[in-house]
Amino acid sequence: MNWIHLSAPLDDEALGPLRAGDAVLFAGVLYVARDRAHERMRRMLENGEALPFDPRGQVVYFMGPSPAPPGRVIGSAGPTTAGRMDPFAGMMCRAGVRGFIGKGKRSVEARAAMREHGAVYFSSFGGAGAYLSRRVVSSEVLAFEELGPEAVYRLEVAEFPAIVINDIYGGDLYEDALSKRR
Amino acid sequence: MAPKRAVSVELIGRSVDRLVDRASFEMPAGVEELYASMRDGERSDTARHALGVLVENAAIARADRLPLCQDCGVAIVFCDIGQDVSLEGGSLRDAVDGGVRGAYERLHLRKSVVGDPLVRNNTGTNTPCFLHAEIVPGDRVGITVYLKGGGSENMSFLKMFRPTASVEEIIDHIASCVIEAGPNPCPPLFLGVGIGGTADVALVNAKRAVLRGVGSRHADPVYADLERRILERLNDTGVGPLGFGGASTAAAVYIREAPTHIATLPVALNLNCHSLRYAGEVL
Repeated sequence: MNWIHLSAPLDDEALGPLRAGDAVLFAGVLYVARDRAHERMRRMLENGEALPFDPRGQVVYFMGPSPAPPGRVIGSAGPTTAGRMDPFAGMMCRAGVRGFIGKGKRSVEARAAMREHGAVYFSSFGGAGAYLSRRVVSSEVLAFEELGPEAVYRLEVAEFPAIVINDIYGGDLYEDALSKRR
Repeated sequence: MAPKRAVSVELIGRSVDRLVDRASFEMPAGVEELYASMRDGERSDTARHALGVLVENAAIARADRLPLCQDCGVAIVFCDIGQDVSLEGGSLRDAVDGGVRGAYERLHLRKSVVGDPLVRNNTGTNTPCFLHAEIVPGDRVGITVYLKGGGSENMSFLKMFRPTASVEEIIDHIASCVIEAGPNPCPPLFLGVGIGGTADVALVNAKRAVLRGVGSRHADPVYADLERRILERLNDTGVGPLGFGGASTAAAVYIREAPTHIATLPVALNLNCHSLRYAGEVL
């Protein structure tokens, strides 16, 4: 595998060279949010409130970890289905988010919103929660602690792997897979 | 009348706890070897790497006692209760839920059950579980705990075919469902297919089908051959491991058939992700 190293938050130029199918390793900070956290952030933005983190240039990881066993920073920590967050893609891109990590297909509308704002969608290895746990260096709950696994977390990661699914030029690895037929 | 064999529900609760433990950290024998051999059949680096990650994930889950997947699933519990058994010591439902609740807390598993589908507050215990209790001949109690995540459950399908539909139409339908689901259910899949029965029976059979045993063959050669044809077809779709493209879209296909009405031919699909998690025992 040929790995491209990315640091998060992302520089303006970081996403231009990426193409669907590329393999990347993230180092830096990822912000974790899934269904209910997105719903709450939508309300915050509608009310003109600041999000729990400065979204500009950030990478959002769709994930809900299992509880950290004693002595570990986090439990299993693999991606959840990104499609459920499709209705929030435009809002998050407008706020400045430039990368999303999840698994599974995005809607036409979500892909269009990401492309319009120059944001990239990555899939990490779905279901490899134990494997990905080892790539998380630190974890803290940033907001909505009462939501448990659906809270917003700030993660520091090292060599956190993902594959580019939707690049900023309209490339789509999932569509390529079907058209190539093995 | 033969005396009933007494089985305490507390014993069943402890069994459920033990089975959740077994299923959460280790897949059934043969799965890792299957992924390693599928890896050899892939050409692209990404597909090969993805399958390698799944094998490594299984090793880390076992070594570090981390759940195979952060979605530790809902607990689907099949209880086959012998009709010569007398269940004693309280409610079976409470005992089974107690086993699930205790295991999820003790083992640091994620609790993913909301008490009401519209209000959506997490119960914080991963209960109630989904209990299928059936009365069977004999004086034993068979218990199987099957853990299934939400991402793959969302990719469930039920189609009521015309009774005159051909097997080819059914295979086409299954292939198009798996293509539509694409990467979402985390392939390679263990596909359970419920054919026949009523709509609800077909769906439960699709669930039970994947518990038949890794590497097992259907007892009826006609269905064994159909399973083989479906598997070949799925692995020709191009979806590949995690949807990244390749030949490893499904690891196995398991059919469970049932008698049905002259007017009906239900076909239900249970797309289980690559993280196959179940364990069973007989008391």
